[in-house]
Amino acid sequence: MSIAIGDVKPGLALPELAVDVSATTVVLGALASRDWRPMHHDKDFAQQRNGVRDIFLNTPNLAAWYERYLTDWSGPTGRLGRMQFRMRDSIFPGDRMVLRGTVEKVETDELGCAWAEVAVSIAVGERICTDCTARIALPSAPGDNPWRRKGADWRP
Amino acid sequence: MSELPSEVAGWIGQKRYQQAGEFEVERGYVFTSCASVGNGNPLFWDESVARELTGGWIAPPTMLSVWFRPHYWAPQRTGAAQPLQVHFDLKEKLGLPEAIMTDNTIVFGEPVRPGDRLETWQVLRSVSEPKRTKLGLGRFWVIDVEYQNQRGEWVGTETYTGFGYRRES
Repeated sequence: MSIAIGDVKPGLALPELAVDVSATTVVLGALASRDWRPMHHDKDFAQQRNGVRDIFLNTPNLAAWYERYLTDWSGPTGRLGRMQFRMRDSIFPGDRMVLRGTVEKVETDELGCAWAEVAVSIAVGERICTDCTARIALPSAPGDNPWRRKGADWRP
Repeated sequence: MSELPSEVAGWIGQKRYQQAGEFEVERGYVFTSCASVGNGNPLFWDESVARELTGGWIAPPTMLSVWFRPHYWAPQRTGAAQPLQVHFDLKEKLGLPEAIMTDNTIVFGEPVRPGDRLETWQVLRSVSEPKRTKLGLGRFWVIDVEYQNQRGEWVGTETYTGFGYRRES
């Protein structure tokens, strides 16, 4: 199922996604993003060089988590235009991370492309580890498909 | 530490490390990425949906940087190659042994497709004055990484903010 812009209004909350993070989650994410740096697979290195308690999720994999969360909600016609996120704290094995999102703005640009701006965060307990503002194109009407936009018709 | 070395100042605004990916975009890595986060978007798993919506298979947009992260080892290479080389150059030239990424903005252009051979380059945008944070004393820097496909079409831009630092006891 795909969401269209008419289904969306500011303040709409996206369904939460909770994930129990393990060492496998961290290492799999690092390898999937071809990030061989040791703080994402070597606990001794993370503790001694980075001064943190364990290996932690890497930035490109967090982007992949955000994408999965947003397109789980939008369906396949949702097309990411822009993501801006900030790392505030690390996410470690043993953490239960929870992704939450809220639609902040809905607009249609001068080319007729419909956009939802969504604020997403990843929290562990009360600790916000990273937050993100994403701009995602959604169908403006039945039959519209943001993926058909090319070149100057796509202004993310 | 307060004065920025002239060599580093000269990098600001310069297009550096232009390179083609070591390998073509391929679906095997798409599956690995999707599996790492449980991404079941049918665009990556169901060919009929991909054909209807995106004119064939595409890669997840957030995989942009994946296609340029070098193999950990390759023949004739001495030492491990570093992605985002400008970031590591800054650490070395500024004498800051540790670094983290604090902010990341990604803007997505044309979809990336299996078989594409992408090209990239890096541009240092800014380096801050020395700052003290809970991690240590260091500097923030902003680096743009641009990506295009083999047809010269823009496929995305990543902007990284890094903080290089020296731990204080």
